[in-house]
Amino acid sequence: MSVKIKHYPGEEIETQDFREGKVLFESFKPKAKYAWSAGIAISRFLEELKNGRILASTCSKCKRIMVPPRIYCEKCFKPTDGWTYVKDTGTINTFSVSFIAADASRLKEPIVVAIINLDGASEGMGIVHWLNEYGDWREIKIGMRVKAVWKPPEERVGAITDIKYFKPIKE
Amino acid sequence: MSEVAIIGVGCVGFRPMTPELSYKELMFEAAVKAYEDAGGINPREDVDIFVACSEDYLEGFSIFDEFVPDQLGAALRHLFTVTGDGMLGLAAAYMLIKTGQFDTVVLEAHSKASDILTYTDIVQFGFDPIFNRPLGGHPYYVAGLEMTRYLYETCTTEEQCAQVVVKNKRNALLNPHAAYGANITLDQVMHSEKLFHPLKKLEISTPADGCIVMVLASEKVAEKLTDKPIWVKGVGWCTETPSLETRDWTRAVYTRLAAEMAYKEAKITNPWRDIDFAEIHDLFAYKELQHMEALKLCDYGEAGKLTEDGLTSLNGEFPVNPSGGLLGMGYGLEASGLQKVLEVVIQLRGEAGARQIDDAEVGLAHTWRGIPTATGVVAVLSKVK
Repeated sequence: MSVKIKHYPGEEIETQDFREGKVLFESFKPKAKYAWSAGIAISRFLEELKNGRILASTCSKCKRIMVPPRIYCEKCFKPTDGWTYVKDTGTINTFSVSFIAADASRLKEPIVVAIINLDGASEGMGIVHWLNEYGDWREIKIGMRVKAVWKPPEERVGAITDIKYFKPIKE
Repeated sequence: MSEVAIIGVGCVGFRPMTPELSYKELMFEAAVKAYEDAGGINPREDVDIFVACSEDYLEGFSIFDEFVPDQLGAALRHLFTVTGDGMLGLAAAYMLIKTGQFDTVVLEAHSKASDILTYTDIVQFGFDPIFNRPLGGHPYYVAGLEMTRYLYETCTTEEQCAQVVVKNKRNALLNPHAAYGANITLDQVMHSEKLFHPLKKLEISTPADGCIVMVLASEKVAEKLTDKPIWVKGVGWCTETPSLETRDWTRAVYTRLAAEMAYKEAKITNPWRDIDFAEIHDLFAYKELQHMEALKLCDYGEAGKLTEDGLTSLNGEFPVNPSGGLLGMGYGLEASGLQKVLEVVIQLRGEAGARQIDDAEVGLAHTWRGIPTATGVVAVLSKVK
């Protein structure tokens, strides 16, 4: 409120007024449930995560090794030609340090998400994941070498979270 | 102004479910077929604009547009999404080419209905949150409301509505793209479970999965790439009030006005005489009849009689839904309109095989956006420029 104006004309509405039904409104909670078919490429990718491996698909025309895998090369617009594994190590392409959660509450420990270019994949291809065991977040740098920390095999379900996070490594 | 032609079509499905393919893979397959059909174009170079049609709530994604480019060959190219039926996309593609700025436009619409676990709730989410949603219930009661009034005003009989199902499901048996072809009797339809009186179970289209991609082109490009272009002679669309409280429950006014817009452009003065057959939105059996009347194929109240007398059957004077319609093909959600256009293109090319209509030269495609909407689109297509 401006320093010169202490009170605007009209009724002020408080949260309490909504709770007490003084302000009329209609609320609705949609029941929206989906189960997306993963399809050929992503089914194989998820299946291999259970085995602790990261699957890529290859295009014989542009020679790219693509992660996550797909059945078509979006550059050449042709079906991909094969499958290969890439390593679970890589390099940080970019990262962000979040200090608040989705509901805007302050986090005790920041959450770091990174784009990781995986070793063996083509330039600029890899995975989005959490970064952990990094010590002081101020030490995280673009170009830093990282490696996947996997859940134990019996806990893997074929999901991106079968990898717990990536952590910096010294080479 | 250039004429606009459909020069390539590709269809995957329709099937009750497609758990083996992701929606992206479904789209890729349809796109490959369409580009091949259009003379083997390369989407990375030969396409000016891509138009994809989808509704976020049917996909389970916010801003679904962003997930579309790769599988169409549209990455880092010019693309936009129409959040509506594929035929609204057709209208957009048509206008883009008419501007003279674009020669080749790709159009896509799909249904991954089997991915939606709470279909009824998603449909209900389209209801007015203040007046209608609090009443709950299955949203298809709206079709029951409309059918009651339609029968009352037009003296159409329940048997005449049921006859639409018998005809369409039988046509679907001849269509490899149809999911629900069947040889059923009038009696079976009449005795199927009453779900939303007077609407019966077999009179309601079942959702299906599939994808359709089309390539549209200007005269210049069309004549270079194909010797079987199908010309879009006119397109029209219209939306009625969303309010259930005040809309017209007897006549599909949205379709009437959409048709008038399309007919004016296509110079159609007597639709029954000037057009050879029609693909009409039949999500519910009575809708085919109501829409026939709105499309001026006959007077109000006459469509039931024409159907009963067999005039709209595959060998009749004016075949309606030779594809099997949505009752036979399966309800392709926002791809419904392109299911209609696809059949018109196939028929006009003379590629419909066992369900081919003799001497088909001009065809009509019509769509409606389903419950609870009152939006319709009409297109007149022709073999002759």
